[in-house]
Amino acid sequence: MNTRHSATVAAVAPSSGVEPRKPGLLERFTDHFQRYWQLWVLSAPALVFVAIFAYVPMWGIQLAFRKFDSARGLTGGEWVGLHYFEQFFTSPLFGEILWNTFRISLWTLVTGFIFPIILALLINQIGSSKVKGFVQTVTYMPHFISTVVIVSMLNIFLDPNNGFIGKLFGDESLLGSTTAITAVYWISEVWQHCGWNCIIYLAALSSVDPSLYEAAKIDGAGRFQLIRYVDFPAILPTAGVLLILQMGSVLNVGFDKIYLLQNSLNMPATEVISTYTFKIGIQSAQFSYSTAIGLFNTIVNFVFLITANAISKRVSNSSIF
Amino acid sequence: MNASTTANVAPLAPRASGDDIPWNKKQRQTRTAGDWIVDIIIWALVAVVVIAVLYPLWFIIISSISDPNAVAGGRVSWLPVDVTFAGFQRIFEESSIWVGYRNTLIYSIVGTAVNMIVTIPVAFALSRAEFKPRRVILFLFTVTMFFSGGLIPSYMLYRDLGILNTWWVFILPGAVSVYNVIVARSFFETSIPEELHDAAQIDGLSYFGYFFKIVVPLSSAILAVIGLYYFVGHWNDFMTGLIYIIDQDKKPLQNVLQQLLLVNQTTSTASVGVSDAQRAADQMKFGIIIVSTLPLLVLYPFLQKYFNKGVMLGAVKG
Repeated sequence: MNTRHSATVAAVAPSSGVEPRKPGLLERFTDHFQRYWQLWVLSAPALVFVAIFAYVPMWGIQLAFRKFDSARGLTGGEWVGLHYFEQFFTSPLFGEILWNTFRISLWTLVTGFIFPIILALLINQIGSSKVKGFVQTVTYMPHFISTVVIVSMLNIFLDPNNGFIGKLFGDESLLGSTTAITAVYWISEVWQHCGWNCIIYLAALSSVDPSLYEAAKIDGAGRFQLIRYVDFPAILPTAGVLLILQMGSVLNVGFDKIYLLQNSLNMPATEVISTYTFKIGIQSAQFSYSTAIGLFNTIVNFVFLITANAISKRVSNSSIF
Repeated sequence: MNASTTANVAPLAPRASGDDIPWNKKQRQTRTAGDWIVDIIIWALVAVVVIAVLYPLWFIIISSISDPNAVAGGRVSWLPVDVTFAGFQRIFEESSIWVGYRNTLIYSIVGTAVNMIVTIPVAFALSRAEFKPRRVILFLFTVTMFFSGGLIPSYMLYRDLGILNTWWVFILPGAVSVYNVIVARSFFETSIPEELHDAAQIDGLSYFGYFFKIVVPLSSAILAVIGLYYFVGHWNDFMTGLIYIIDQDKKPLQNVLQQLLLVNQTTSTASVGVSDAQRAADQMKFGIIIVSTLPLLVLYPFLQKYFNKGVMLGAVKG
């Protein structure tokens, strides 16, 4: 009763406070909690979970700079500085893994950025809203299929003997080829997520002022010019922000899919940072080394995010922070 | 389908039923040859897209009920050949699938329930402008989207907490997704009128009362979207079962699928003279794909109308 009342007073007339003196720190705290303890209770479970499952592991990052000592726990090992980073940078696999990660994620990022825009412009051209709805429903669907199922579908379709795609490419399996696997990866990504990712552009397109179309037509614009000079500029700001966000994962190749696609033949082209961390860390129990590689990955991603954000802020005035 | 689309496409601006677009109505009489060509190109592209998405799914369906020899011989392309349900029969006898199914069902339902209980209240609290600490809390949450401890520190933490190789590992670590908190918060900020809060205060409702009696009942759309995101995430989760679960009888569906669909794969493709038994096992794969994806596809039509809204809110700057 009490808390609610004081909150109302504060919200309605914050300037008509009765106390002319500045309240002390303790007083302010108790006042805050009296008003907002219910909001704190509502936040508490999430705060506890984030603290334990996001921040405690962050504390454990120091393992990357320590020699792991199982007797003395996560943070008790001997301090070795950048030893494990050096080990990674000088490892014969370093160049290969870094190149694989960059190549696969860059292909996926660029195609995953361009195709939804094209699809949205295309769907927006459909006049009948029934057909439009149907196309949207169909193209969203694959987004919900699990990675395991997607990869087994790829195995079936790309089978060189009787897969309907694999047959077209001769006797060599595309999944075993170090040159084709990148294309297999990004094309299947586009197939699965393109429809879903174009939702946001369709929403941007639906809010274009119709008078813009009229004006452009009076100026003699044809269909293609309408797309080029009205639709396209309308989705650019959205596209910019999405591109920045994606830059933050330039060194992230989703673990599941690439791990499931790996086989002994394509391994030179498919070993990426996330799968390597898993193998080093979980399978061969080199905890410190694995943590160092993971940290390297996070830092590179963060640098890319900040850079992309700064560039975008200067060029187009749109940024995420 | 029609109603849902028009509702969907225009959550932000009340336009965009097809007839309003100038070239549909007014220009119909004065279409030039160029317009017709553009139209034909567009329809052709749309047809290509739809077929490219649907055909692989259709192929899985017809193959699952066709004779395995016809599938292996490449005679199945548009319609099922020599219809048989032997593949599905074998699936029903394969107990490992159903153990995985049961596990995933439990993990997904309990997991999603916990997700919602944790996510929605904090999103509400963070949507209240008068709650000053929300800036700091949001910042601390957002940081975790870009920075994480990584695999090994998390693994060690789970080990110390004793949740490795237990079903808690599916529920607790992912209990709150910051992305979904931000989505829900944007919804509460933009879609629940502030006047309701004023009215609630005048009527003597506390924050609890306002949240449970007014905000939650008004938010079914966003609850559905976020519930779906979480449920799909649990259902399709492969990594957790791979890394943190050792016992076979605790493995979720996706890991059982991997063993059935992918690990056995090499033997079937490498062998030249494949036996009938092998072919039947191959056919089972098509059925397994269908059975494992079915629950999500059943939920899909019910939730479809909420998708656009959910995605749009996620795009709102955090």
